[in-house]
This record gives sequence, structure tokens and C-alpha cells, in this order.
Amino acid sequence: MFAVIRDLTRYNIEFAIGCLLVGIITLFALASFFAPVAPTMIYTVPPDMPPSMTYWFGTNSRGQDLFWQLSYAFRNTLTFGVLVAIISRIISITVGLLAGYLGGWVDRVLMFFNDIFVSLPIFPLLILVYFVLRSNLDMFTLALIMGCLGWPFDARLIRSVSLGLRHREFTRHATFSGMSPRKIMFEEHLPYVMPIVLSTAIANMIWSIGMEVTLAVLGFTNLNIPTVGTTLYWANNHSAMIVGVWWWILIPVVLIVALFIGLFLLTVSLNEYIDPRSRLRRMGGA
Amino acid sequence: MADTDDILTVRGLKAYYQMAYFGIEREVRAVDDVTLSIRRNEIYGIAGESSSGKTSLIKVLAAAIRPPLKVVDGSLTYRFGDLEIDPYKARKEEVDAIRWKHLSYIMQGSMSVLNPVRRIKHSFTDFALRPMGVPKNIFWERTKAHLERLNLSPDVLNAYPHELSGGMRQRVTIALATVCQPEFIIADEPTTALDVVVQKDVLAMIRNVQQQMGSSVVFVTHDMSVHANMADRIGIVYAGRLVEEGPTRTLFTAPKHPYTAHLVGSLPRIGDTSAKSALEGRPPNLADPPPGCRFHPRCPLAIEKCKTEVPPLATVGESHRSACWRADDVRPLTTISHRAEAVL
Amino acid sequence: MRDYLTFVLKRLLQLAAVVFAGISAAFFITHLSPISPVDMIVNRVAAQASVSPLAIMELRESLSALFGTDLPLHIKYFNFWTRFLVGDLGPSLLAFPTPAMNLVMRALPWTVGLLMTSILISWTIGNILGGLGGYYQNNRFLKAFGVVAMGVQPIPYYIVAFLLVLLFGYFWPVMPISGGFSINVRPGFTFEFIASVIHHSILPAASLVIVGLGISFLGMRAMVSNIVTEDYVTYAELAGVKTERVVFFYVIRNAMVPQLTGLAMALGGIFSGTIITEQVFAYPGLGALLVSAVNAGDTTLVLAVSSIAVVAVASAIFVIDLLHPLLDPRVKVK
Repeated sequence: MFAVIRDLTRYNIEFAIGCLLVGIITLFALASFFAPVAPTMIYTVPPDMPPSMTYWFGTNSRGQDLFWQLSYAFRNTLTFGVLVAIISRIISITVGLLAGYLGGWVDRVLMFFNDIFVSLPIFPLLILVYFVLRSNLDMFTLALIMGCLGWPFDARLIRSVSLGLRHREFTRHATFSGMSPRKIMFEEHLPYVMPIVLSTAIANMIWSIGMEVTLAVLGFTNLNIPTVGTTLYWANNHSAMIVGVWWWILIPVVLIVALFIGLFLLTVSLNEYIDPRSRLRRMGGA
Repeated sequence: MADTDDILTVRGLKAYYQMAYFGIEREVRAVDDVTLSIRRNEIYGIAGESSSGKTSLIKVLAAAIRPPLKVVDGSLTYRFGDLEIDPYKARKEEVDAIRWKHLSYIMQGSMSVLNPVRRIKHSFTDFALRPMGVPKNIFWERTKAHLERLNLSPDVLNAYPHELSGGMRQRVTIALATVCQPEFIIADEPTTALDVVVQKDVLAMIRNVQQQMGSSVVFVTHDMSVHANMADRIGIVYAGRLVEEGPTRTLFTAPKHPYTAHLVGSLPRIGDTSAKSALEGRPPNLADPPPGCRFHPRCPLAIEKCKTEVPPLATVGESHRSACWRADDVRPLTTISHRAEAVL
Repeated sequence: MRDYLTFVLKRLLQLAAVVFAGISAAFFITHLSPISPVDMIVNRVAAQASVSPLAIMELRESLSALFGTDLPLHIKYFNFWTRFLVGDLGPSLLAFPTPAMNLVMRALPWTVGLLMTSILISWTIGNILGGLGGYYQNNRFLKAFGVVAMGVQPIPYYIVAFLLVLLFGYFWPVMPISGGFSINVRPGFTFEFIASVIHHSILPAASLVIVGLGISFLGMRAMVSNIVTEDYVTYAELAGVKTERVVFFYVIRNAMVPQLTGLAMALGGIFSGTIITEQVFAYPGLGALLVSAVNAGDTTLVLAVSSIAVVAVASAIFVIDLLHPLLDPRVKVK
């Protein structure tokens, strides 16, 4: 595992840049644990101060230090992304391995539901959910809902790998030696799908964080929790661009774009590592 | 030594797969130092096990290779009338100009060589109209005549590939490759995916075309019975090298390489009840071939010398060459020699 | 031809089923909302003017009858469908008493126009460039284009639209950033009006095109880099078939089929995208209407917009499906 990561950083520039970007943002988010102020407090510092030595990222019109505000925001946003990724991974691994290994009617039933979930228009659906729940829609509820929506593509991918594993020699050996299906699935097959789980988990984070930002900017989440989306919502709400408080918008946008590109580079390089065909293409080009 | 009757001369040809990924460089010697020549109006068969390098060899001959497979050394010269050309030294336009007109290729996997969203007739215009160099009405006249000569109905021109059976598709592909009456035809496993009855038809068709046009045909297959039926001469490939070459009858009755003896011995014959002894082991990994004669780890006749020194491809008889230190000690597997005689 | 008709009929049934399921889902989700439209209107009317309590009572009663709020859910559901089929969903709350359907129909052309134009542009250009990019993998311009497309892809669509507003609305204010046309132009079939509409649609369309172009470019490029290894492409190249012919008739032509399926599958997502575009650019389409309806708690309007969106997206997918057998002879129309 470590050898793989070392090789990736050494020979795959995308992976190295991705690690760097995501690492910086994570460190920045972790800084919030040492924040001198609570994120919900307003008017703790003079409002509308441009970035300076005292206020690195400036302050906003609500009298908050943007450095600490954004640090909290990224912590919440990252937590949200990880939470959605974990929930949807649990569902997609379970569905994918069950459908792939057991096959038959289990596979058909699971794939039937899979197809329905694939075709759901998620964004309008989330707006309708907000319409019903209103301010009861907190971050954990949203993470739960999105986790339950964000698994079908990845489940299908895991299923196809697991289908291939089912006919491999070692599965037959395990079956004949009396290993239970549950044990085969989670001890023998799971390690094989782990790289896919990892790369799809990151792709899933890109998706869920993007969705959260969009919903929050439109005002469709709980606006009192600082996230990247709600930060932008409040900036728009105070017409930050028109009053000239550009740093309130520019800094979060730059940081979130950096996070997205970093995560994206990680999935791209991991996929290339997983898919032998693209590896071959790279060899051919060399 | 260059005979004017040779249409293709290959000298010391080497083609390697060269790969580098994650800092590891690998070199697979798929074609290693091959020298051979093909005469006009002959059928030359290339035989060998899977992963012996025979497919790589024929692709190199057809100038159909793509990276990571590269020609690293040697020469390959075609002689079409006054035109002499080495596809690996000529410009792309020059090579394109000989394709289909002089040199055509029947690729492995007839199931997938035709564009699935185009009718057969469009494939014919795409492939053959320009090389034939005649107006459209004459082109269609000739195409239809050619199809009829090969016992194919001109109706197939209006079909899509998926509407034809596998055997039909292969026959259409052969018709497509031969419609311009090329002097040199290369066929890669032309019968592999077909069932036995269709195989027979397709082989008859290739021979028919060859006889009508007097072209040279080079084909590859692992199926020794096809070689026995088709080829005038056979080249045996093992681990990227040509290990024996000679007239079909000679190779079947008096092989001078233990590997050939085994390939021939594995052929089932009517009335032959002897047990077939399979060759132990597998062809070597071409990224790291054994030293000396590459066959020595599996060879029943191997001596110390075989482990260190590479045997040259030496003349052992009338247009018969073999690369074996003990060529004189090779005996055909007795049960088949007289039976093979009866078949040939 | 008969086969094709049966195929169309089958797809038509499928379309009906999808529309029915989608609208039903929208109905039940919106009716989970605790907000009572009657209370909302009564409160608004009461706040606006001093009305006698008796008049309010009457208003409440007539509204209850109109919305059928006291009826059990399954009766409401049945009533909804009978009214939907004649195109009447009741008054909107946002612009009471304008029928919700009128608002939707007023907004629909804006969204359809914006979407059709941007999808046509981004899909066509994206696929051609992607096809070339997959075939000529060493071309510098196409490589650079690919890098940009990859960079844009993970950024949420909202941020892209927002950056366009910042760039062309504030830093270099050359484009109108809100509305469907200038307020000083009278709607009508005049050159001024049409020019104004086009001018106002450039930025919203551009934001959709930027994202759509990248997606179809990358999808096509990936598809093509698989197709170029197919035997029929290798074979055509070997036969010396002209390169342009190989690129268009062998490579791109074969990649079109899955790309068209991809477009059909992406339509739902593209519609989600317009909700955001229209919100960012204050464009008078369905998306902006949906957002204001959600904010105002206007159940009728939310349901009307959702229903029409379901019908529109499903019909678009239906049309694309009909093209499928024409493009790929292997698709069995039976």
C-alpha cells in the first residue's frame, strides 16, 4: 500500500498535485480546532476589513474574521463530504457485492432498484425535500439523504468487478472449503474492490460537496451552519461584490476550486492506476 | 542471394514491445532475428503455439504494428514489379499507395473487422475504390464479378455486418481483401473462430483466389492440419524465432527440429490410436527468454551446448533450414510419419 | 417501417409510465409539506388590507373548497390528475389568483429556448472536438482543451456561472447579467426585442455551454480512444482508407451512438443545471420560477413546475430514443 502511494507520488504528477491541494485544504480546516472565536458569533471584529497582516483573509460585513470563518466552513464541508461518502460507500459495497456474488434474483431485484436510483433527478429532488423539511434540514439529515442517493453508479461498478471475481479460482476454493458467503464477500472479495471504493469515494465527495454548495448558495439548507455554500450565500445576501468586499467571495471560491481540482486529480490518478488499459496507453506513449 | 523470384525478403528482423511505466522498463522480444523470403505464387504458412510470437511476426510483415511494438533492427523488402519498398523506411503515403493494390491483409477476428454501422458496399468503396483506380460503374462491375467468382451473392453488398453469419463475414472480408487482385495477401488466423465446415469453405476460397490470381499468400495459424492442407512451405516459430522452415511435405515427414516433430506429432489422424504426448511446460516468457536455444528447457534432446549457445538457422536439406544443434538426431514421432504421408 | 411503428408505440407507453410515476412522486412529496396554502393566502390577504372577519371566514371557506384541503389524500390525488389532464392546477399562491399553469407556460419557452440552443452547441462542438481529440492524441491544441475541460469538470456548475457573472458583470461589464431582456424594450416580434433576448441569453447560455462542452468532449474523447483500438478502425487504417474518412465514418460515427444515449441520460441533470443558471442570471424560466415557488411555500406552483419539467424531460428523452435505431442499424426496433 505504501509502496503504491510512493510510486504514485513519484511517477504521477497529477497524484502529487492532488495530494498537495487536498492536504493544504485539510490542514486549513483542521486549524479551526484552534480558533479563538466561535463561528456563529457575529460582530467580533471590525466589519469589511480587506486582507491584512491581522486579518489574513479580511473580515466580512457581519464582523467575522474570514480566516477562522472559512476554516470552520471547510471543516464542516469536508465532514459533510466524508459523511456522505461513508454512507453511500456502505450501501454501494453491500449492494454491489451481494448482487455480484449471489447473482440470480437477488441481483435482479437489487439492480432494479439501482436503475430507479440512477434515473432520479437528484437536485430537483433535494429542492423538494427542502420544500417539505424547511429549516429542519440540517447537515446530518442532508448527508443521510444524499448518502442514500449517491450510491447506484458505484454499486454497479463494484458489482461488475465482483461478478468477475466470482468465477476466479480462489473463490471456488473458498466455497469448497466451506467458507460462508458473507466471509467470502467481505474477507476475500472486499480487498479486490477496495481501490475502486477509494476512487469512487473521492468522486462522490466532489459530487456531494458541489451539491451542498449549490443548495446552500440558493438558500436551501440551514444557513446558520458555516459551510462554503452558506459563506457564499451570506456574501451574496450582503451584496459583497457590489459593495466591494470582493475577498468575501473570491477567497472561498478560490479555495473551493482548489479543493475540487485536488480531489479530481486524485480520482483521475487512482483510476489510471486501477485501469490497466489506460496504464497500457501511457506505456505506449512513452 | 536475393532471388528475383522472391516477392518478400526479410533479413535479421527484430521487433520488440518496448514499455516503460512507473520507472520500470520492459522489453519483450516478440520477433527476434528472423530471416526468410517468400516466393511468387506460393502459400507460406507460419506455425507455432499461442504466444510464440507468430501473430507479432505476421503483423510486422503486414506493416500493421502499433506502439509499443516496434521494429528495432533488420530489413523487410517487398518487390512488386519494378517497385521495391521497405514499409519501415518508406513514407506513409508510399506505404498507403501499395496497400490493397499490391499488398492486402486479412486481419484476425473476422467478427469485428467490418464497420458495424456501415453497409458492406460502403466498406468496399472505402477500401478498394481508390486502389483500383477505375470509375465507379466499372468498380461495381468488377466487385460484383469478383463476388460471384467467390460464390457470394452481390446482395451481401447491401447488408450490414451484423446481418451476416460468422462464416459469411469472413468470406466477405476475404473478398474485400482480394477484390483489387493484390500480388501479396497476408492472412492472420483466417479460420480460427469458425466451425469446421465453414473453415473448409473459407480455406478452399483462399486457395481458389490464390490460384486464380497467382498471388503469394502468407498465413498464420496454430492448427497444423490447416497447414498440411494449405501451405506449400511452412515456417515454424518458437519464442520469437524462426526455428525451422521447409516444404510442407518435408516438415511433416522428416522434421529437423524437435519442436516441429512435436507439433506434427500432435496431429490426430484417422486410424491413429496412439496416445498423444503433450509437450511439457509452456513457451518461455519473451521478456526474459532462456539463454542458448530457447527450446532447451522443454527439449527431450537437449545437451549442455543447447543451454549456452544459440543454434543458427542452418540449411539441412533442399530448401530446408533448421535451428537445432542436434538436427540430425531428430526423428519424427514414428506412429505418424507414414500416416501423414497418406494425407499429404 | 411497421417494426419502427411498434417501436415508437412501445416507447410511447414507456414515456407515459415515466411521466405518471414522476408526477405522482412530485405530488406526494409536495403534499408532505406541512404548509397549508389556504392559511398562507388568508394571512396574506388579512395583512394587506383591513378586511372584516366575516369576509375572511368566507374567503377561507371558498379557498378550502378550491384547493380541496379538507379532502383525504387519495381523493386529492385523483382530483389532481383529472385537473392536470385538462391543464388546470389551480391558482398559484405566489401570484394569486393567476393560475399556476399560466405562470409555468409563460416561463417554459425561456427554458426550452435556452436549453435547446446550449445543448445543440455544446453537444455538437464537444463531440466533434472530442472525437478529434481522441483520434489525434498528440495534438497540442486539443490536449490543452482537454486539460481545461478536465479542470472545469469537477467545479460545481454554480461556481462556473458565478465566475462568469463576476468576470463579465463586474470586472469587465459588457454583458447584461440579469433578466431575459432589457426593461426598456417592449416584448414583440421586433428586431430590438429579439436582439435584446439574444444579448441577455449569451451569458446564461455560455455558462451551460462551457460545462456541457467539457462533458461531451471528455466523454467523446474517452469513447474514441477505445474505439480507435477496435479492429474495424485498425483495419481501415491499414487498408490506407483516407484519414478524414476513418475519423468521421469509422470513429466518430460509431461513438455517436453511446454519446446520444449519454445525452438522453444527462438531460435530467442538465435541467437541474438550468435551475441554477436561471437563479444566478435571474432568467425568467422554469428554474427561477421553481426556486421562488419553493421560497414562497407555493405548493401548487411547485407541483406545476415539477410536473411540466417531468413531461418536458421525458419527452426529450423519448425523441432521442426515436433517433437511436436510425443511427445504429444493430438496435432491434422490434
